[in-house]
Amino acid sequence: MDIYILQIFNGISVSSIFMLAALGLAITFGLMKIINMAHGEFIMIGAYAAYIVQNFFTQYLPASFFNWYFFIAIPIAFLLAASIGWVLERIIICHLYGRALDSMLATWGVSIVLQQLARSIFGAPNVDVKSPNWLNGALLLSPGLQLPYKRLFIMGMVIICMLIIYYLMYCSNYGRKIRAVMQNRDMAASLGINTRKIDSYTFAFGSGLAGIAGCALTLLGSIGPTLGTGYIVNTFMVVVLGGVGSLWGTIAGGLLIGTGNTTLEFLTNTTSGKVLVFTLVILFLQWRPQGLFTVHSRSLDE
Amino acid sequence: MQIRFLRKMKKKTALAMAALFVSSAFLSGCAGTQASNSNNDKNTIKVGVLHSLSGTMAISEVSVKDAEMMAIDEINAKGGVLGKKIEVVTEDGASDPAVFAEKAKKLLQQDKVATVFGCWTSASRKAVLPVFENNHGLLWYPVQYEGMESSPNIFYTGAAPNQQIVPAVDWLLKNKGKKFFLIGSDYVFPRTANKIIKAELKAKGGTLVGEEYTPMGHTDYSTIINKIKNEKPDVVFNTLNGDSNVAFFKQLKDAGINTKDLITCSVSIAEEEVRGIGAGNMAGQLVSWNYYQTTDTPENKTFVKNYKAKYGQDRVTDDPIEAAYDAVYLWAAAVEKAGSTDVDKVKAAAKGLEFNAPEGKVKIEGENQHLWKTVRIGEVQADGSIKEVWSTPGPVRPDPYLKTYDWAKGLAN
Repeated sequence: MDIYILQIFNGISVSSIFMLAALGLAITFGLMKIINMAHGEFIMIGAYAAYIVQNFFTQYLPASFFNWYFFIAIPIAFLLAASIGWVLERIIICHLYGRALDSMLATWGVSIVLQQLARSIFGAPNVDVKSPNWLNGALLLSPGLQLPYKRLFIMGMVIICMLIIYYLMYCSNYGRKIRAVMQNRDMAASLGINTRKIDSYTFAFGSGLAGIAGCALTLLGSIGPTLGTGYIVNTFMVVVLGGVGSLWGTIAGGLLIGTGNTTLEFLTNTTSGKVLVFTLVILFLQWRPQGLFTVHSRSLDE
Repeated sequence: MQIRFLRKMKKKTALAMAALFVSSAFLSGCAGTQASNSNNDKNTIKVGVLHSLSGTMAISEVSVKDAEMMAIDEINAKGGVLGKKIEVVTEDGASDPAVFAEKAKKLLQQDKVATVFGCWTSASRKAVLPVFENNHGLLWYPVQYEGMESSPNIFYTGAAPNQQIVPAVDWLLKNKGKKFFLIGSDYVFPRTANKIIKAELKAKGGTLVGEEYTPMGHTDYSTIINKIKNEKPDVVFNTLNGDSNVAFFKQLKDAGINTKDLITCSVSIAEEEVRGIGAGNMAGQLVSWNYYQTTDTPENKTFVKNYKAKYGQDRVTDDPIEAAYDAVYLWAAAVEKAGSTDVDKVKAAAKGLEFNAPEGKVKIEGENQHLWKTVRIGEVQADGSIKEVWSTPGPVRPDPYLKTYDWAKGLAN
């Protein structure tokens, strides 16, 4: 029995990681329609930010502070990724709105540049980020049923991020403006919204969320320049499956792909599990190309 | 808007993807170091060093490259080979077998190197093997591997399966238990190694309770760890390679599994990788190799001291590093003996050649171009070093096809 409960937990845990990685993309790709191939590299930037903060704490601060470095690492990862995203939007992305294909090629180039930059700065070998002590170990429910704290923590992070996004998008003035711009740019502009400003803030926010995801990933494995490439396919799949432009879609897509992956992996093996998930997603999109959730609007071209 | 956007995207995306892949293949073919002058300088002997300096395997291969450079520098400091200095052409295989093959071709055809030291994964070795055979080149491969191979153009200075995997399984069966769970990365080495292990378990009364492979670079082991928990094996035999090990051991520890309940034995994790995984995550786990930094020989003391002096006190030496170092010395000795860098003459001279390596005496077996090596099983300590817990009395004869083992009949095909 334990093993099945644990497997459900694993499914939710993997889903939460996919969701966290996909949240930023749900904004840059989902809302802004930029096929952001560099999304994985923003994840990588967040991970290295955690690495830098860790090194700063071990070198310059007393050992007792080390346990709390992660709480500093999260905002720094967000800010670093967001500011690099902001610069990128100002220099490159702003010329590419409405040109999906060009945006894909340009951001793919950016991703190579960022990877090489990381390699030059931090070296080619992967680096290890030590988790704070209070995250080591597991919540013991029964001898066979142990839920690692790290995974619980990541789930908590996802929930908090979701709440913040929900508030920003649906309850704040800023969110109303974003949605207005994304639905009808000209109309929004004529109503006095500074669409350029909204664009750069939104892209920076999406990139920053990727940075938080990267910070969370340091808990599970090692960090290298190509960290992001392992997640890029899954995150796109989550956003497309969920329905481009819908926050609920990203949650549902993440849950389906995460639990699908782990369950099929459990029943078959890792490689077949992945293949099966891909096949099922492709079949589903044939039947329903708009994904699970669609955003209803009154645009004529819907 | 959404629907149209996606439909439009699908077709164009496919096109653009195709363009991306073509261009990336083109780039990786052309990029890299520029071709140096192809006519060999009369006063130097050119050799190639071909390892992954980037990508998922860089964690392991960079330090192997460093060991080869150190050996070359040492030999040059003593006057070089045949009175000529060794000149190195370094290439990056980028953790991609196709790039390895491309770069091997470049080293042999454009740079016309006398020999190449390189590769780590069996996938990369298998990719360059036809290049070396077709161009009649010479490769020194420094890493333990799955065996079932003996190319006339390759010298293997790492362990054959009978010098690492087979004795490790033997020892585990006698000392740790009969129930085995096999986990590995999904490529040629783990699959072949596990084929050998399964045959050995069957012959020696062990049982197999699970066998799992994950793609290279895989980072979520929660499901596999759950399967392991469910099967309760005595031993997990681990042939994961590269960064996956970090994720596996971190997550194994987080799942609350300790070495008293279950021991893992790894054949791709040496001191260098332990550093990356974090000694705390691996303390008490077993590994099987021919050399550890703690191996007690006078040659090793000098070797470790020099390596640390050259690359930093925080660096460690390990089996592939040592085997790569040996490879350079063995090649140099063979060239001196042959009086030439000609591949056939070097090969003839290398037969039976002995060298007092940091791991103890090694000897080139003429029949299959592997080395006689001592087998050592070690336990990872909390400080990241590895303590030897068992060893063979002396060097073991290499037997890549396991011809001398009855239970291994039929495996070689």
